[in-house]
Amino acid sequence: MPQGSPPESLELERQRPYLLRFALLQLRDRSAAEDAVQETLLAAIQGASQFAGQSSVRTWLIGILKHKIIDSIRKAARERPIEGPPGDDARDLDAFFAEDGHFLQAPEQWANPERSLEERRFFEALERCLQSLPQKTASAFAMRELMGLETDEICKELGISTSNCWVMLYRARMGLRACLEQTWFLAGPGRDR
Amino acid sequence: MIFRLTCKEASKLISAGMDRRLSFAERIGLRLHVGICDACTRFTSQVQFLRRALKAFPGPDERERH
Repeated sequence: MPQGSPPESLELERQRPYLLRFALLQLRDRSAAEDAVQETLLAAIQGASQFAGQSSVRTWLIGILKHKIIDSIRKAARERPIEGPPGDDARDLDAFFAEDGHFLQAPEQWANPERSLEERRFFEALERCLQSLPQKTASAFAMRELMGLETDEICKELGISTSNCWVMLYRARMGLRACLEQTWFLAGPGRDR
Repeated sequence: MIFRLTCKEASKLISAGMDRRLSFAERIGLRLHVGICDACTRFTSQVQFLRRALKAFPGPDERERH
């Protein structure tokens, strides 16, 4: 496709699996994820002439998809009010620490993490770890790190307090780093090749 | 008390520092703790790595998958 010309629908359609993967990270509900992707592709076809050609088609589509995902999360938050620990209860995180506040299991040195970013299987491990988090925690984390939202926007979308939001992000980081350490960095294939 | 952080308190602040601007006292406390704590030094670089990993999602050339 020459730079600057509107993408054709076939080119857009080719991105569907990628978009779906992106959406599924944030919307555990498969049909909600498929809806968001479908709406994204429709909006893209209707707005194809607005494609500036400065970014890749994929980047452009992700930009649209992010809005569709936020819409979907907002809708779900309205329909199913907050579950899980109320307020900014972080007692579940005590499990990572000894009485005196030391790590029960100190984070290990990860061997050459940057190289993992070149490996497809690393991202599969990351997806599995994200899926092992409580849904709302994973949503908050994805909104923060995958979509780059600020915490006050995330709190608003999820209908939670700011301090609860920080606890959720903390919980997500603690859980993910422990999970990746166990399932990737110390597990063999990701290490010392 | 902020000047004698435990790993539990420090890790919470390390995470918070990725989402909001820490107060002066928090930054000092954190610097003093992380300066002498290998576990929290690693924790810091790991949560920063998580941020880069999510930015790079879904990773290299997944076209082969389909």
